[in-house]
Amino acid sequence: MRILVVEDDLEAQRYLVNGLKEAGHVVDDAEDGEIGLSLSLSRPYDVAIVDRMLPKMDGLKLVEELRQHGNVTPVLFLSALSEVDDRVKGLKAGGDDYLTKPYAFAELLARLDALMRRRHPAAVKTRLQVGDLELDLLTRAAKRGEVSIDLQPREFRLLEYLMRHAGQVVTRTMLLESVWEYHFDPQTNVIDVHISRLRAKIDKGFEAPLLHTVRGAGYMIRARA
Amino acid sequence: MRAPSFFRTIAFRIVFIYIAIFAVSAAGLVAFTYWNTKRELDAQTDQTIDSEIVGLSERYQQLGLGGLANVIMGRSVRGTAGLYLLTDLLHRPIAGNLDGWPLLMYEPGNFVEFNYERRVGNGSALRRARGRVLTLTGGFQLLVARDIHERHETVRLFSTTIPWSLLLMLFLGVVGGTVMSRNLVARLDSINDTSREIMAGDLSRRVPVRNTGDEFDILATNLNRMLDRIERLMRGMREVTDSVAHDLRSPLNRLRNRIDAALRRLSPESAEYAEIESAAVEIDQLIATFNALLLIAEAEAGMAREAMARVDLRDVVEGIAELYGALAEEKGVGFEVAPSGEAMILGNKRLIAQALANLVDNAIKYTPEGGNIRVSIESRPTGVALVVADTGIGIPDADRARVLDRFVRLEASRHSPGTGLGLSLVVAVAKLHDAKLDLADNAPGLRATLLFPHETAIRPALRQITTPAAVPAAAK
Repeated sequence: MRILVVEDDLEAQRYLVNGLKEAGHVVDDAEDGEIGLSLSLSRPYDVAIVDRMLPKMDGLKLVEELRQHGNVTPVLFLSALSEVDDRVKGLKAGGDDYLTKPYAFAELLARLDALMRRRHPAAVKTRLQVGDLELDLLTRAAKRGEVSIDLQPREFRLLEYLMRHAGQVVTRTMLLESVWEYHFDPQTNVIDVHISRLRAKIDKGFEAPLLHTVRGAGYMIRARA
Repeated sequence: MRAPSFFRTIAFRIVFIYIAIFAVSAAGLVAFTYWNTKRELDAQTDQTIDSEIVGLSERYQQLGLGGLANVIMGRSVRGTAGLYLLTDLLHRPIAGNLDGWPLLMYEPGNFVEFNYERRVGNGSALRRARGRVLTLTGGFQLLVARDIHERHETVRLFSTTIPWSLLLMLFLGVVGGTVMSRNLVARLDSINDTSREIMAGDLSRRVPVRNTGDEFDILATNLNRMLDRIERLMRGMREVTDSVAHDLRSPLNRLRNRIDAALRRLSPESAEYAEIESAAVEIDQLIATFNALLLIAEAEAGMAREAMARVDLRDVVEGIAELYGALAEEKGVGFEVAPSGEAMILGNKRLIAQALANLVDNAIKYTPEGGNIRVSIESRPTGVALVVADTGIGIPDADRARVLDRFVRLEASRHSPGTGLGLSLVVAVAKLHDAKLDLADNAPGLRATLLFPHETAIRPALRQITTPAAVPAAAK
């Protein structure tokens, strides 16, 4: 994947670029908003990481300009600003996701994966399948093998999100934001509780577990460990 | 503040004062004119009578009774204003144009008013007269009077106009008062509208100045200067929090990055990995504390006011209950949400959800297995209350105020995870919404109540946020 990093804090940029390269991505970097804008307009990127506060051209402005040129590259904002309404501003300007510094690298990687996946959506699906687990989005029915699974509405949404991102790491914050639509610190491991309940429904009594915990990052659903 | 009831409005008071002043001054004016006219007319009549009496008594002295009688008869033409009657001691008429002695009681020398019959065509009419009696030497009585019917009529007519003129004054008072107060109230309303919009978060609004240089303009100018200063302070505050956030987050970010990079290089089985991983957990805790502090600062500075919108507390309760209910169940604690109707308030949904989450999280943390937690929305006379009641260990009376301070953690909770900022954040969120956090004994347990006053619930002036059609649902 080609990734553009626009970040003026050079040390943070170095870590970001190195980390992304280690994860197997091709990375370009820019130190200010103007270079960032001209790079993002001249080369095709799968995703751009844009710091909210940049010299020469503010991150918000950069993304607004980008969108005005008809460019739809997914953008993830990184912000060190106080965030009560900054997130809203970022998304309004045309950003696709928003991450407050300091962030865990695993969180950033998981979000980038989700953004890039969103960019290449498969045809509209009415059925999701991971291994022998099937989710019918029309009848809202779930079954594993021949056993039908009874899910609460929220459990259904949780499982749907995990299955749409099958094979990808999904963090707790991503689940809280996407499934519960909350952008706050839940103080406790509430998400873990919901995951363990879901796990009890889809994995308990079956030979091969599908829902895996990824140490230091989050969760992943996939057919084979 | 909502608009006062009609009788307490400035407009009503001004109209009322206007009417009162008009009525009193009109009544005074009419009464004075009436009294003065009557006095003036009486004085004229009295003067005429006096001079006639003087003339007639001179005639009497010169010509004697017979002569006086002749003079009187000469003057006594029927139908004129002048009235005369000369009688003997027993009031038997000798000469004059009055048919009989008209007075029952009188004091010689004083003016008297009396009625007499005057022949008009075939009949007669009772007329009013004013006159004076002179006792002549020899006991003869001379009554000289003047018909005052015309004057009387004038005065009577005058008095019938009094109620009408009062009514006119009343009308003028109402009109004058309304016009005056309309102007006054319009100026006050513009100030009130502006302050409401400012309270709702639009700090850029200013009170309109009309450049008339009057007291209202001075007030508006002063208010605007004050608002300029507040806006500058708020902007300064935002810049400070932003730069504190930026200056602390950037190094924290680099630190977190280094730890991540180190973890990626190590094998998860090595001893260093566990060590560095626990450092990562530690720094994440530090970040959480920092974020909570920053959020508290922002909420207390009222910054989040800009993101205020209509929020149904039911949605918040439902969402948080769904999220945390599982946690309570896992711990073996009963979790119940009391059914309630729509509870609209004006607020920041994210912060209210965070505050409720903190309260519920605390309740779950401090309620032992087998206990119960109940979340409810209660409509109270003073506002809408969000209540989280548990049957847990509660908070001793003495500590209840203290736990709202930052970083305070009671002995009983030292071992459990948390930043010690949970309740402080709830307090800050409450303050942002003009709400009140109350901690009470649930016997046993804790009963935390967030009371949102009606004023946050209903702010009809907020046209840009609340649509008129949607307001009545929340209004009471």
